Amino acid sequence: MKQIVIISGKGGTGKTILTSAFASLAKNKALADCDVDAANLYLMVHPEIKETHSFTGGEKAIYDQEKCTYCGVCESLCRFDAIHSSEEGNISIDPFSCEGCRVCALSCPSQAIKMKPAVCGEWYVSQTKYGPFVHARLYPGEENSGKLVSVVREKAKKIAESNSLDWVLIDGPPGIGCPVIASLSGVNLAVAVTEPSLSAVHDMERVIETSKHFKVKTACIINKYDINKQNTQGIINWCHSNNVEFLGKISYSEEAIKAVTQGIPIPELPGSKLSNEIKKIWYNLINIDN
Amino acid sequence: MILSIASGKGGTGKTTVAANIALSVSANQKLQVLDCDVEGPNAHFFIKAEFEKEKISYLPYPEINENKCTYCGRCAEVCAYNALAVLKESVLTFPELCHGCGACKLFCPENAIKEIGRRIGVIKSGYAGNIFLLSGKLDVGQAMSPPLIRQMKKMIDKEQDVILDVPPGTSCPMVEAVKGSDHTLLVTEPTPFGLNDLKLSVDTLKQMDVPFSIVLNRARPGDEIIHKYCRKENIPLVMEIPLDRKIAEAYSKGETLIDLDPSYKIKFLDLFERLKSRIEIAQANFIER
Repeated sequence: MKQIVIISGKGGTGKTILTSAFASLAKNKALADCDVDAANLYLMVHPEIKETHSFTGGEKAIYDQEKCTYCGVCESLCRFDAIHSSEEGNISIDPFSCEGCRVCALSCPSQAIKMKPAVCGEWYVSQTKYGPFVHARLYPGEENSGKLVSVVREKAKKIAESNSLDWVLIDGPPGIGCPVIASLSGVNLAVAVTEPSLSAVHDMERVIETSKHFKVKTACIINKYDINKQNTQGIINWCHSNNVEFLGKISYSEEAIKAVTQGIPIPELPGSKLSNEIKKIWYNLINIDN
Repeated sequence: MILSIASGKGGTGKTTVAANIALSVSANQKLQVLDCDVEGPNAHFFIKAEFEKEKISYLPYPEINENKCTYCGRCAEVCAYNALAVLKESVLTFPELCHGCGACKLFCPENAIKEIGRRIGVIKSGYAGNIFLLSGKLDVGQAMSPPLIRQMKKMIDKEQDVILDVPPGTSCPMVEAVKGSDHTLLVTEPTPFGLNDLKLSVDTLKQMDVPFSIVLNRARPGDEIIHKYCRKENIPLVMEIPLDRKIAEAYSKGETLIDLDPSYKIKFLDLFERLKSRIEIAQANFIER
């Protein structure tokens, strides 16, 4: 069983479109969407949700005005700018800023602040025509996205193992921070999808540096390559010099918009030109060790 | 005015909008731009600042004085992030898990904990004409961007207008960047992905109580998915940029919209002025009340 994560660095390069295309081409797989704060893969694979679980990550500070003596200690000690007192002395705790560190609750002389577990999202196990699908939704403004990604990853892996599946295909988040790091953990291959713009190339180099930092074998795909053929060649050269397997390139085409608008993975779009380009890339991917 | 440019979905055009507004406005006034997308800062490709200063960004983490430590375990008890583990005769620290809250140091009964800094990234700054650009970059391998974003925002000169290029998504990096903004422009695209993520961003901004309006990028005639949503929710759609391969090609080279088509300059300037006067009116009304 092989776990493959699609990452990018820069957002909008085509991770979800490609993950859904691979889902359509691969046999015997489970799918996971680790872009937990803006999950889109469900719009391409149309899941039927079978299980819903709530996700508790960390705690939030809850204020009890009746016990408060307005001493101001909590506000002076909070390093996350989450506690504010008004002119009248009323305390408010901003749940968006609170990082659940407990300093206020532990230092309050009158126990006017308590820590409560924060339910900050949900995760789902669904069935799709492509196979089982684990996905999640982090509630707006929440932290602990890395933890929720780990939950999704763990469940997808268990499902693949218990059903003797060949693949777990993981739609990764943008960036290089904790949700990406959690998506990379324990995968067999990270595939960086980029486009030939200065911004995307810069971010691709950083996300590949990240996957290498965590000792993950990495490959690269260039999307919309004909937007800038010079930069495309630059990326290919960079891959060769940096031990990154180049899997192939995909043309700029409004077919991608059509696929997303209709919610149909590209290989299933009738008369698709991009489909052949993606099939070649998938073939290269599954033969990467040869 | 503190104007943030955000988006649920990545790649919709936040940096394009932020940079083009800044460059258009800078013809008439000084302003600051903060590139808060510290995991992948890109504004400097378009706002070509001369970076004169580079500040290393540090996050505190605990150092245990084992001469004073009695291995009572209190530090590990109070730590909400499992960044400390106390064994029989040693204390292990996991700096990558530490949020720098100070709890361990505060509650150590032996005063055996000191906080030292560990590097998480770098903040570069410099000028491009009238624009003062602050560009933050998180070190590869670092998990958390909000502390770096928080440090950047402390460097804002409140006497000057500032535009914030915000990270994508709706979780803590976006919230940290948008917090305290007078207005947020949400950039989206007319696809089901764009709409899905736009709804999540709108939800987040409403909860944060930050006023917002929408910029539609890659607009196509007949694609009404975002227009319908804005009409239904009564959200102002303040600008449209068409889907145009030439724009993508210019972007790929680090060229701006206003380089490609100078008529955009007046559109961006006008948008900025309208937002600014709306905020000033709202603030005046608030003070009167």
